[in-house]
Amino acid sequence: MATLRRYVPHVVLTLGAGFMLLPFYWMFLTSIRSPAEIFDISLWPIPRNFDAVENYGRAASQVPMARFMLNGVIVCLGILVVQVLTAVPAAYALAKLKFPGRKLLLALVIAALCVPIQSLALPLFVGLAKAKLLNSYFGMMMPFFLSVFAIFLFHQSFRRYPDEIVEAARMDGFSEMEICWGLVLRGSLPALAAFSVFSLVAHWNDLFWPMVVVSDINLAPPPLGMLFFSDAESGANYGALMAGAAITTTPMLLCFLLARRQFIAGITMTGVK
Amino acid sequence: MTPQSLDLVGVGKGFGADDILKNIDLEVRPGEFLSLVGMSGCGKSTLLRIVAGLERPDRGQVFIGGRDVIDTDPSDRNLAMVFQSYALYPHMTVRQNIATPLRMRRLSLPARLPLVGRLAAPGAVKAEIDRSVLDAAQMLQIDHLLDRKPAQLSGGQRQRVALARALVRSPAAFLMDEPLSNLDAKLRAHMRDELAALHRRLGATFLYVTHDQVEAMTMSSRIALMSEGRIEQLGTPDEIYTRPATLTVARFIGVPTINLLPVRIGGDGVISAYGRDLGLRSHHAAGPATLGLRAEDLHRSDEGFEVRIHRAEMHGADRFIQCTLLDDASVRFTLRQSARDDIGADGDGRMRLFFAPERAHLFDQSGLRRELRVPEKAAA
Repeated sequence: MATLRRYVPHVVLTLGAGFMLLPFYWMFLTSIRSPAEIFDISLWPIPRNFDAVENYGRAASQVPMARFMLNGVIVCLGILVVQVLTAVPAAYALAKLKFPGRKLLLALVIAALCVPIQSLALPLFVGLAKAKLLNSYFGMMMPFFLSVFAIFLFHQSFRRYPDEIVEAARMDGFSEMEICWGLVLRGSLPALAAFSVFSLVAHWNDLFWPMVVVSDINLAPPPLGMLFFSDAESGANYGALMAGAAITTTPMLLCFLLARRQFIAGITMTGVK
Repeated sequence: MTPQSLDLVGVGKGFGADDILKNIDLEVRPGEFLSLVGMSGCGKSTLLRIVAGLERPDRGQVFIGGRDVIDTDPSDRNLAMVFQSYALYPHMTVRQNIATPLRMRRLSLPARLPLVGRLAAPGAVKAEIDRSVLDAAQMLQIDHLLDRKPAQLSGGQRQRVALARALVRSPAAFLMDEPLSNLDAKLRAHMRDELAALHRRLGATFLYVTHDQVEAMTMSSRIALMSEGRIEQLGTPDEIYTRPATLTVARFIGVPTINLLPVRIGGDGVISAYGRDLGLRSHHAAGPATLGLRAEDLHRSDEGFEVRIHRAEMHGADRFIQCTLLDDASVRFTLRQSARDDIGADGDGRMRLFFAPERAHLFDQSGLRRELRVPEKAAA
């Protein structure tokens, strides 16, 4: 009975994990199956006709997959860098400095967490169009430069940094920026890792905004590229489509696995999610 | 740097009834070890932080070495502060921690950067900093820990690193915010000795905040006892103990706590308690008052007040005897006697106590100290 009780949670969690992983498994399965088997509902891992080479070959050769990936890297890193550069000082100010209106600003940050990008899409689109910035990397990145989620996450983490160390640093002659970047952020590296994973995954996988501002296939990040791919080439070739999807998912998987420990420490420490 | 004076003139913080500090005037002489003592919430830490520049007073002025520093940044006041939690930089080694105040002062911003700094920092300055760090570490006997991180140190060792980091820059004054309160009792007693020795050796000005009266009594040249945002009394440990200016001071200082006997001052100046003439006179106006009696000033006397003993507490050389007055069970007394003597109670746990009249303290209704006279004949 005691043994059973010990294993029950593991069984339940394993079932849950299996359920979560099913779409990925299906994606992978489809990417190595031949067109004839695509709609086969069997989950058996070995297809009758092993078409992986053909599917991945088509995904890599028929569309500029490398170009999509490069676009994705440029856009994601550009967004991440600016987000960190702006959110860290903001979060530091909200967490560690005393000034009138601090509580109000923090409340506004939390309120802004509730605003979805879709509701801002139209004004942003019109603005970018007037500024002739559609079809540009900047247009794809700009709406995400200021991340209230980042401010909130860093604020939660910075708040726990001991005030006395900040004060000791002030007496030693550190500037506020040195305290912010050199001491406080350094004590919150798990939060930085967690936020980086959140941000990279979200923007790497984002289809909505690139689709709104980009029509030039040469600027398309992977998800938009996949969309062009399915439209133009092979509306019905799901094998190649899934091969492309598998290729674009891999970097994110690696990114998460590398930062896994910090990521988990980051979200458990800051009490988010 | 020669030790500097610290002067506070009319320093106040907060407005109205909930003032944290009410117009504090305090002069810390150069080279003096002055303790700010009081209950938590009495404003002593706030006062220290105002001197440090970490907080801004709403009123008043702060002078360091005669220079007005109210608009000076904390780092430019040349003060060193030791925090209760030690506040060591967690990612730096002990060596880097101690070097930081010097690096921040003597090296330019580019020279402080992690990688570029290696090239940009002038070698002579760096060698000088290394030497100062080693000197400070040796003075506090932590030179074998220089390459450890703070997380690998014990509480006592962290305390020494914090002290080394403070003294390495030869500050105008040292500010200490309850630096010993996170240590265990034995280590605390040891660090008290070391701090006092350090003060003697450096001859520096120390402003020391503590809620522990033993720390204040044992180390300080002078004590400022604070209560509710005011300085109740400023004096040497001896003055504070033997001539407490107010009832608050008398109650705060001394182990065990001072005994309080409710008395009446008669119209003729005769002081009486429970209808008995205590053989003391006062010029103060007639009315109720309080007599403060130290535990060691009580003794057995057949003429004295009858008390019932509740508990005898053994303290090694001394014994504290807790008892209540038979006339009024709400009046508790603690008597201190040598553990070698008999307690001297009768079979019912009763005994008679009286006090040394010349060592009694009289406080009026508002808690202020009043003069007592002991007429010749009444020296019981």
